[in-house]
Amino acid sequence: MSETILRVTNLQKRFGDLHVLRGIDFAVEPGERIAIIGGSGSGKSTLLRCLNFMESPTSGTIELDGKTLGRPVRGNPDDRLYPEGELCAVRERVGMVFQQFNLFPHMTVLENVMEGLVTVKKMKKQEARECALKELQKVGLADKVDAYPGRLSGGQQQRVAIARALAMMPEILLFDEPTSSLDPELVGEVLRVIRALADEGRTMLLVTHELGFAYHYATKVIFLADGVFHEVGTPDEVLKHPKQERTRAFLSRFTEFSF
Amino acid sequence: MTYLWDFAPVLARSDLLVEGLINTVEIAVISIVFGVVIGLALAFLKLSPKRALSYPATILIEFYRNTPPIVHFFWFFYALPVIANISLDPFIAAILALSTQSGAFYAEVFRGGIVSVERGQWEGAKALGMKQSQLMRRVVLPQALTRVFPPFVERSFELTKTTALASTLAYADLMYQAMLVNSETFRPLEVYTTIALMYVVLLVFASTLARVAEAHMTAYRR
Repeated sequence: MSETILRVTNLQKRFGDLHVLRGIDFAVEPGERIAIIGGSGSGKSTLLRCLNFMESPTSGTIELDGKTLGRPVRGNPDDRLYPEGELCAVRERVGMVFQQFNLFPHMTVLENVMEGLVTVKKMKKQEARECALKELQKVGLADKVDAYPGRLSGGQQQRVAIARALAMMPEILLFDEPTSSLDPELVGEVLRVIRALADEGRTMLLVTHELGFAYHYATKVIFLADGVFHEVGTPDEVLKHPKQERTRAFLSRFTEFSF
Repeated sequence: MTYLWDFAPVLARSDLLVEGLINTVEIAVISIVFGVVIGLALAFLKLSPKRALSYPATILIEFYRNTPPIVHFFWFFYALPVIANISLDPFIAAILALSTQSGAFYAEVFRGGIVSVERGQWEGAKALGMKQSQLMRRVVLPQALTRVFPPFVERSFELTKTTALASTLAYADLMYQAMLVNSETFRPLEVYTTIALMYVVLLVFASTLARVAEAHMTAYRR
C-alpha cells in the first residue's frame, strides 16, 4: 500500500480553445515539498488550482488517499462531475494560499483565521479563538489580532492568510506565488514563515519565482512549459544541472541581471 | 390678495394625521422587510446559470421596472378578486404591491452588489471548504450589502413615498388621512403643507439612522 496522498493522472485543462494543461501525471508523498517553476502562461498556477478544484479539470483524474474524486458523467469516462460536498471535503484537507492573499476585509485578523474553524469545522468560538491565536503567534502576528486586513502591509496580510490556511490543519498546503505581489523587502518575512513550515515537515506544493528558496527548501522541482512537465528532479538536478535546453533558457533569464 | 394661513383647524385634527403617519410607517417597514426577502430571492434566481430560474426572475423584474406603481396597487386590489376570487383588504393589497415592486428594484441593487465582490473573495472562502450557502452568508453578502447600502436606502425612501398611493385603495395612510382632514376643514393648503412637513421629518430622521448604520457597517474600511 502506497503512502501517496495525492495522485494526478493525465490531467488536462482547457479554457475554450486554450489548451493550458496537456496531460500531467504526478504524485505527492507525505512530507514532500514540490516547487513548480515555469514561465508566465506555462500553466503552473492552473495546475495548482486544479488540485483543490478552484478550477475544474477538463479531463483526467485526481486521487486523494487512493480514492478517485468525482464520478464520471454517463457515457464519458473523461468527463467527471464533482459534487459540492466532495469538493468541500477535499478543500478542507488541501489548503491554499493565494498570490493576492484574499483575506476577508470585513473581518479582523483573528476572525479571518477563526472563520473556517467556526463555519466549516463547526468548532466552538472559544476553541477556534485559541487555535487561531496559536497560528497567528506562529506567523508572528499575535499583536495584530484586532486589526482589519486593510491596515496591514502585504507581507503581514500574506502571513495572516498562511495562518488562516494552517488553522484548518490541512494535509497538503498549496502556495500560489505567495510572494509575487509583495514589495521586495517584504518577501523575506513570508518566505521565513514558509521555511518554518518546511522545517516542520509539512507537505506542500509551491508555485514560485523564488528560485533560491526552491533550491534550498524544495525536495523536488518541476519545470513546467506548455502545459507539460519539461523537467523533474531534485533542486540540484533541475536548477543547477538542467538537462533540457528549455530549462536552461528559462533559468538564464533569472541570472541575466544578477550581480 | 394675500392668503390668510390658518393651521388651527388642521392641528385640531392632528390625531387623524398622527394615526396616518403611524400607518404609513407600518406599511413602509413591512414592505421593506418583505421587499428585501423578495429582492434577495430574485437576485439569486437571476444570477443562476440555469435559464429556467433566471428567465422568470428577469421577466418579473422587467415587468415591475416598466409599469407605473399605481397599476400594481389597482391590480392587486381590483384584479385579484376577479381572476382568483381572492378579496384583499387595502392593507394587504398595498403591502403586496409595495413589497413586490420594491423587491424587483432591490433585486437589481443586490445583484449588482453580489457581482461586485471580487473573485478572490469567493475563492478564499471556497479554499477553506465553505459550501456555496456558507460562502454567501459569511463572505459575499456582508460585503455586497455594505456596498449597495446607499442605493438600498434610496430605494427604501422611494418606497416610503410611494406608500401614499395606498390612499387610492382607501388605506388610512398619511395621505388618506390628509384628504379626510381636508374634507372636514376645507383647508387644503394647510393640510398638505402639514403632511409634507411630516414626510420630511420622517425621512430626515430615517436618513440620519441610515447614516449611522452605514458608518457602523463600513468601519472596517477605515
